[in-house]
Amino acid sequence: MKIGVVVNEGPYTHQASDTAYQFTKAALEKGHEIYRVFFYHDGVNNATRLTVPPQDERNVQRNWSELSEKYNLDLVVCIAAAQRRGILDDSEAKRHGKGDGAANLAPGFRISGLGQLIESGIQADRLVVFGD
Amino acid sequence: MSDTKRFLYVNRKAPHGTIYALESLEVVLIGAAFEQDVSLAFLDDGVFQLIKKQTTTGIGVKNFAPVYRALGDYDVKKIFVERESLEERGLSEDDLMEITHEDDDEEDVSSVEIVDRARMAEIMAAQDVILSF
Repeated sequence: MKIGVVVNEGPYTHQASDTAYQFTKAALEKGHEIYRVFFYHDGVNNATRLTVPPQDERNVQRNWSELSEKYNLDLVVCIAAAQRRGILDDSEAKRHGKGDGAANLAPGFRISGLGQLIESGIQADRLVVFGD
Repeated sequence: MSDTKRFLYVNRKAPHGTIYALESLEVVLIGAAFEQDVSLAFLDDGVFQLIKKQTTTGIGVKNFAPVYRALGDYDVKKIFVERESLEERGLSEDDLMEITHEDDDEEDVSSVEIVDRARMAEIMAAQDVILSF
């Protein structure tokens, strides 16, 4: 089955990103196709490379980045939601004059528009939303 | 992407206090460009999003309530509001803003339909994609 995933909450405060990660990983291991994982609302905060959780805790961002690398998973962060919350890639950091090295988008993620969410709903057999 | 799907946006939270209502509306507006079969549902505290005469000057945030009235221009014509959610909050249809669209005869007709909880469940069951905010 072709599945689209949506993550609407940030890491650590809320279970949604962890559950979405476990779901996505399990689906991939079972041979399903994950069309895309879309991060919206505070979910965009899963995409900052600057998180430094204690060493004996899971690293939510790194989990996603590693899953992306292993399965060539498309992790898309909503640009409008990301800009509100200070998640920037190189070109956005430059465009808004935030200075060299300000970009904090983690490996495996890309920033794009809400159209990618709608497209995921159209193309996938099921769209699964994680959040409140 | 020629196929059309039934999209339902479920709005369950008050307009302010959290950003869900505003960012849900942003998805609806962007999604309009994809020419899908779109419906909106308002239930639980989400019914507060459609209260008329909203003003936000006291809380220093953007008042996006007028955007709901423009939904007809985005070809969003089906807005379902749950009757029980209104009643549980001491509200009625008279408390809601008017949202209209042009019908085939270019007459302005209401886009809002008050439905009971059982009907809302049927509406949800008939969708291809549900985005809940």
